[in-house]
Amino acid sequence: MNRTSTVIKVEGVSQAFGAEGDPRRVVALESATLDIPRGELLSLIGPSGCGKSTLLNIIGGLATPTTGRVTIDGVEVKGPSPQKVAYVFQENTLFPWRTVIDNVKLGMAFQGVSKSEREGRARESLEAVGMQDFANHFPGQLSGGMKQRVQLARALGLQTEIVLMDEPFAALDEQTRMVLGEDLSVLLARTGKTIIFVTHSLVEAVFLADRVAVLTARPGKIKKIINVEEPHPRKSNFMTSAKLGAMRNELYELLHDEIRKTMTLRAEVGGDK
Amino acid sequence: MKKESKIPQRLIQLGVLLAILLVWWWGTLPGRINPLLLPPPAPVFKNFWLLLTTASIWPDLWVTVHEWIVAFLLASTTGCTLGYVISRSGYAVRVFDPLLAGLYSIPAILLFPLYLLFFGLGSGSKIAIGTTIAFFPIVLNTIAGLAYVDKAYIRAAQSMGANDFQLFWSVMMPAAFPVVLTGLRLGCIIAFLAILGGETISSLAGLGHRIVSLAENMESAQMFGNILFAILMAFIINGTVSYVEARGRRGMQ
Ligand SMILES: Nc1ncnc2c1ncn2[C@@H]1O[C@H](COP(=O)(O)OP(=O)(O)O)[C@@H](O)[C@H]1O
Ligand SMILES: [Mg+2]
Repeated sequence: MNRTSTVIKVEGVSQAFGAEGDPRRVVALESATLDIPRGELLSLIGPSGCGKSTLLNIIGGLATPTTGRVTIDGVEVKGPSPQKVAYVFQENTLFPWRTVIDNVKLGMAFQGVSKSEREGRARESLEAVGMQDFANHFPGQLSGGMKQRVQLARALGLQTEIVLMDEPFAALDEQTRMVLGEDLSVLLARTGKTIIFVTHSLVEAVFLADRVAVLTARPGKIKKIINVEEPHPRKSNFMTSAKLGAMRNELYELLHDEIRKTMTLRAEVGGDK
Repeated sequence: MKKESKIPQRLIQLGVLLAILLVWWWGTLPGRINPLLLPPPAPVFKNFWLLLTTASIWPDLWVTVHEWIVAFLLASTTGCTLGYVISRSGYAVRVFDPLLAGLYSIPAILLFPLYLLFFGLGSGSKIAIGTTIAFFPIVLNTIAGLAYVDKAYIRAAQSMGANDFQLFWSVMMPAAFPVVLTGLRLGCIIAFLAILGGETISSLAGLGHRIVSLAENMESAQMFGNILFAILMAFIINGTVSYVEARGRRGMQ
């Protein structure tokens, strides 16, 4: 895998919500700059509300930045690029009126995969996440962890080079997260995809990623990027290793001040100005 | 959660009905309530049975049912179409949703005298009042269903490359379907009630017309037989429509 070529380039991206001068104006991101090489798994962490989802949405073409630009393979992102980028959202976005496999197939239909190919690909990706036995269940019949597996299968079924994951495990309990994290590591090591993974779990960030990017409190900027030198797929003993612990502590130090900042911001009335 | 048995519920419901029947029977024993005002159960049920077993009510029944079907079809096509058009733009929703909800709270039956002038004493005025009254829940639910589809579904579909048609057909429609269906159920039922009401106010034929003319002729037992028949119809309509709605929901999951 050629890790030297940059696939996603984030160049001075800022995003503000609300008109200039409006007291409710929120500057979510401020000149964020980031290069992501092909095949990398980058974790994005930062205080809640610092603009992580905003950045992901801009990269995915679901939002347009106020200034700056994002390029994928040298082409500026101007809207969703379903052929290149797949999403896994934090909230459940499986359509409750369709079965698991029909959800996966519908994604492919949207993307433009020919009808004859969909069934086989859908079965494959469900198998990859261990959900093949639930193909004909409805999302409402699944647990939270299973739903996230299906969302992952739907994203994988699109066979894009890039996958953006926005806190995909945030709503799950600790044990489920751990298992899903390990499975994800194994799965992603095989696929060689370029992945941005937003999380608020420091351990998860280190466990999965090649690099961890830390964002500052709002307006979000890239504060620091940490390399995690550890071969994929990560074994479960990496989870308990001193190395991971040390990196977790480093991230904690970095984040601690930022989180404090958001707290004081919130405490002041109208402090968002 | 434990699934409780429905048998006690049904027994209580049956008990209440029997109690009403008993009070009715007791109150209409000789020397109590004037049988012209409230006849005893026996002759009423005899008349009711005649209505069920002979064809005498059919012409009037057909008039009412025909008015009802036309009104419901008119209300659902206009309501769904307009609701869809309004839901297309957030601005239109903000303008028309409160406006329609406000109009809905006006008792539409007040328009009935006007409709009598416009459309005459026959079926026209009944169809008009039924359509008017059924239109509002249908249009409001169509707007509510389509305009307030969870944005997360829309974002997910767009991120996977859904075009406008796919978005509407595969996401908006099924997401809105249960809410729209509820509007159609409400519209269907209140159209029937409005038409029956209209017929009792002023009409040439129909179920409501029968009841009023029997009352005017002091044919109390027959009148109550007809009222029982109307109640039975309302029951059947409500049951059928709710069943269809539940089936529709399950079909869409
Ligand atoms: N559409 C929007 N309109 C106004 N403010 C928004 C919008 N989307 C996000 N924001 C604000 O931008 C900030 C960053 O949001 P987000 O990117 O979702 O943060 P997070 O890092 O938690 O994912 C938050 O303060 C949020 O309230
Ligand atoms: Mg977020």
